[in-house]
Amino acid sequence: MARSIIRRTLDYVTEVHAVADAEIRKLRHDPSELATRAIQPAIWLVLFGEVMAQVRGLATGDQRYLDFLAPGILAQSVLFAAIFYGIAAIWERDLGVLHRYMVSPAPRSTLVLGKAVSSAVRGLSQAVMVYLLALVLGIGLNLRPFDLLAVAGLIALGSGLFSTFSLIIACIVKTRERFMGIGQVLTMPIFFASNAIYPIDIMPRWLQAVSLANPLTYQVDALRALMLTGGSSKFGLGVDCAVLLVICAMLIVMAARMYPRLTT
Amino acid sequence: MSSTTARNPIIETKALTKDFDGHVALDHVNLEVRPGEIFGLIGPNGAGKSTLVKMLTTLLPPSEGNAMVAGCDLRREAHAVRAHIGYVPQLLSADGALTGYENLLLSARLYLIPRRERAVRIGDALAMMRLQNAADRLAQHYSGGMLRRLEIAQSTLHRPNLLIMDEPTVGLDPMAREVVWEHVRDLRQRLGTTILITTHLMEEVEALCDRVGILHRGRLERVGTPAELKAEIGPQATLDDVFVRIVGQDVEAAADYGDVRQARRSGTAHG
Repeated sequence: MARSIIRRTLDYVTEVHAVADAEIRKLRHDPSELATRAIQPAIWLVLFGEVMAQVRGLATGDQRYLDFLAPGILAQSVLFAAIFYGIAAIWERDLGVLHRYMVSPAPRSTLVLGKAVSSAVRGLSQAVMVYLLALVLGIGLNLRPFDLLAVAGLIALGSGLFSTFSLIIACIVKTRERFMGIGQVLTMPIFFASNAIYPIDIMPRWLQAVSLANPLTYQVDALRALMLTGGSSKFGLGVDCAVLLVICAMLIVMAARMYPRLTT
Repeated sequence: MSSTTARNPIIETKALTKDFDGHVALDHVNLEVRPGEIFGLIGPNGAGKSTLVKMLTTLLPPSEGNAMVAGCDLRREAHAVRAHIGYVPQLLSADGALTGYENLLLSARLYLIPRRERAVRIGDALAMMRLQNAADRLAQHYSGGMLRRLEIAQSTLHRPNLLIMDEPTVGLDPMAREVVWEHVRDLRQRLGTTILITTHLMEEVEALCDRVGILHRGRLERVGTPAELKAEIGPQATLDDVFVRIVGQDVEAAADYGDVRQARRSGTAHG
């Protein structure tokens, strides 16, 4: 019995690894995407951040605005990279590559998890870029190894969550054209209805309610506590991680059920 | 899961039906494919060939009826069906952003081929498909014929009892087509694999198939050896004559925009 469970677990890990490793190998063959994706956070931090820091109109407590902004921009760059994962799934379906996955005996959840893990690797590479940029801009980064590991875990969790969400959207809309439209419609509200670039306290009440239902808010909140020297969490790290884990698990279950629909 | 024996059909469909919101794509199809044979499925665009293949490979659930595929119940044991079959889709299924070796490694892992056997199996598959020298090249730089060979290698790496190929030579030039045929025959001879192949090419049926089924408007109209089907028409009849006799004037009406788009897209992909 125990041996069978161990065997099944190892098989499951092998299949998740198969999908994730294939995606990572693709990234290694053509890493140019990583460089181009670094441009967006640079623009937000250098242009938007520097200008808004001069205004001093946002109540960020004792923190400099640029320090306040950095975790939000890290979460945003991870979100923007992950949210278009669905379009890659549609592309794979159009090419026929998805059929190869779907006729394999691998459980659908391993295929979804494999994609989520590869998205996490992409997210971590984004994080390295943002950290380097933050160092150049003199942002007060917390570089304690344990906290860096915790940030990596949060980035991986956020990437997995939003890439899986994106996969679900792809299973619903099914075409690249529709996805492009809805992708824009989704990313902006997720970003602006969060605490990424301004504190929740200055939002109108209705937007605060929306923000509290937004997983990006909890990712940014945890990043603010771990990424910055003297950073703190509004909701508590336990709450942040629990919310992200529960939503991510729910989305993976949903995506595993919906993924096969993409081929029909 | 029941076991297959040499006498049991490797595919046995019973009144298999697919209804897309009132449009019956496959209508109570009863088909038997015997172990070790190469069975051809022909029919005009929109006849239901790809729908049947998608159901047999578990990509589409049946609306009615059922099938036993490689000894497994299609409805209740879809996972086991997938483990026992190989599938070469009509569209390009090798990942162009990975090398030939990496595509095979991905398949080996998805089919849980033990780690200690992977290198040998992949090496054998590359040798059998004559792709050893291209193993480290990205698949996007392969020719159409090489891609098809890579896909056959991926689909047979786990030594399936049954290989289902949906228009495997569409978009290939005659030389590349001949090479694919050679590999299909070789697979049957060396590994005893049963092969179900859909095609539009009568020449392909003549070259490869032991028996052939003709689908028209979702119904399986005829099954027999190419010689039997031709004999029904007359002594000088060709398979084209058989096809025209059964499908008649409906060829133009049968193909819809989606079929044409898909055929052209896969043709372009393998060009």
